Amino acid sequence: MNSIASTWAVVVKDVRSELRTRYALNALLMFVITSVATILFALREDELNPEILSGMFWVVIFFTAMSGLSRIFVSEEERGTTLTLQLVASPSVVYFGKLIFNCGLTLLLSSAVTVLYVVVFPAFVIKSALIFGLTVFLGSLGFASAATIIAAVIAKANTKGTLYPVLSFPILIPLLMTVMKSTARALDGELFTAALGEFQILVSYLLVMTAGSYLLFDYVWKE
Amino acid sequence: MNHVFMTATEIAKDFNRRPIFRDISFSLSSPSSLAISGKNGAGKSTLSKILAGLISSTRGSITYTLNDKQVGIEEFKHHIGFVSPYLNLYDEFTALENLQLLSRIRATTQQNETRMKDLLRLVSLWKRKDDLVGTFSSGMKQRLKYAFALLHNPIVLILDEPTSNLDDEGIEFVQRMVKQQKEEGVLIVATNDKKEACWCAQEIHVGMPEK
Amino acid sequence: MKAVKYLAIILVTFVIIAGIAIPMVLQPQSLLEFPIIPGLEDKARNIFFHVPVAWTSVLGFLVALFYGFKYLRTKNLDYDIKSVSSAGLGMMFCLLATMTGSIWAKFNWGSFWNWDPRETSIFILLLIYGAYFALRSALGSDEVRARLSAVYAILAGLTAPFFIFIMPRIVGGLHPGAKGDASGSTPVAQLHMPPNMRIVFFAGLIGFSLFFIWLLNVRIRAARVEHQLSIKDH
Repeated sequence: MNSIASTWAVVVKDVRSELRTRYALNALLMFVITSVATILFALREDELNPEILSGMFWVVIFFTAMSGLSRIFVSEEERGTTLTLQLVASPSVVYFGKLIFNCGLTLLLSSAVTVLYVVVFPAFVIKSALIFGLTVFLGSLGFASAATIIAAVIAKANTKGTLYPVLSFPILIPLLMTVMKSTARALDGELFTAALGEFQILVSYLLVMTAGSYLLFDYVWKE
Repeated sequence: MNHVFMTATEIAKDFNRRPIFRDISFSLSSPSSLAISGKNGAGKSTLSKILAGLISSTRGSITYTLNDKQVGIEEFKHHIGFVSPYLNLYDEFTALENLQLLSRIRATTQQNETRMKDLLRLVSLWKRKDDLVGTFSSGMKQRLKYAFALLHNPIVLILDEPTSNLDDEGIEFVQRMVKQQKEEGVLIVATNDKKEACWCAQEIHVGMPEK
Repeated sequence: MKAVKYLAIILVTFVIIAGIAIPMVLQPQSLLEFPIIPGLEDKARNIFFHVPVAWTSVLGFLVALFYGFKYLRTKNLDYDIKSVSSAGLGMMFCLLATMTGSIWAKFNWGSFWNWDPRETSIFILLLIYGAYFALRSALGSDEVRARLSAVYAILAGLTAPFFIFIMPRIVGGLHPGAKGDASGSTPVAQLHMPPNMRIVFFAGLIGFSLFFIWLLNVRIRAARVEHQLSIKDH
């Protein structure tokens, strides 16, 4: 029970810190707007098909997430609060606290991108809300689980910002391929059963990544 | 108060394949005190971090015994207070918020608001308790670190450069606190200062011999 | 290690000579003649080189992963030397596999790159190797570098099983033997090769693996000497 309370306290600390400093939130929001605007400039005249739109949807989420999700560990490392946190909490408490925070942030981000896409792209019509909702939900959680452990790794490196997408991309490829496919199914209005295979992959990716990160986190966190 | 016994056996630490120190062994049984001395870069801070369980040694081991029961570092951590230049508190929170949030994360003892307030008064930060730590001077931050370190009544107190950035009043506070600590629990001080080393009953020297 | 070295030299030399020199005829009569496979013809000879090299690039990653894991368990930096030496070799073989495959694809499929599942996989392996070395160069001390690059290799290894499930769902294959391959080249891919081709093929697999082991050994010894010298300098 103690460790659950403790994990939650880490989440509360990070949420309050984020609300006060707006390090990640502002960067994410501006990044979403900038990248969607760039796509709009580039493709103003063209009618886009669902395949391309579902790809672009996750491209925006990927690069936006890469600009903000590393904050969670990088800020601790840069300000020298890593030791303080190590002193008061066990590694697993820190890992799950940070994971929950990043899951929340990614869900927030993908919802924002969804709303923006529906508004600005006439061709972005979600025909199967169930497939779409589940894809975005499972995809965001899987995304956060891989991004969190990579963030912990790059927090110790010299060149944090550029390294983050470089390290995350190969790890995220299976997830990205699956969510793009399944988002395209949602835009095509396919039956729920058609996307079942994708959901199995998403759930197992989430479980494998979270379990693997949990086991490896001790080695990352403690010198 | 609880009785504590800690033993370090042949601790060694390497950095970039080069040894920082070798074969550090000692044992401490409360009440007792130990000074860690050595040159700059000899590994005083590193050793104090190893003793606090924050980093692992390359070789050797440390055992912690609490009331005749051997406990792992993750459990024992909650009985350690640590003050170090490498340990910072959160700039975006106030002094009181820092103590509240960190003790919530620690979660072993119930939040004790009166203890927090007493400590803030003790380190003379009471008037500034609702100011952001980011606005504090380095001496005030050092005082706040003491409040954080003493929050959970630690049996083992590890101080790395205990009086850095402190004024006379602050140094006096540390001296009083240190005196009480070494009579009741275990005190470990890593320092370059001869006077501070004299606070402790034992002294060990870290570092590699010159070639 | 001497035996490995000489066996590797003999096998690889044999594969180069046999793989290139043995003529291809319509009706093979003896062991010194290969059958012509419609749609592949002389291009089929690439299998003796491309497939062993691609296999070795995967082997390099698996060995790096194994020693990375051992480093995390023991914190012995010698395992990191083994791990990074293997990754370096694996990356070289990965580049070779990409190039041999890509040139072959230009003649067989008409373009250098087609995003066939196996091309995509080798591309991802290249990315992983690239990321692994980018991470290593950005980490300060030897111990931290060893620890975090081992963690990253394991994380990358965790994603590998997913490709086996995902790839076929995303794109149809073009590789000989894949479902989307319309040409009659299935026999090569499914190893229904005539015995003499099979001998050369397996000699290539074993020969290149031994070659890898020998190179790895040389690299590890060189790296150990380098580290000892750098410690003495200080």
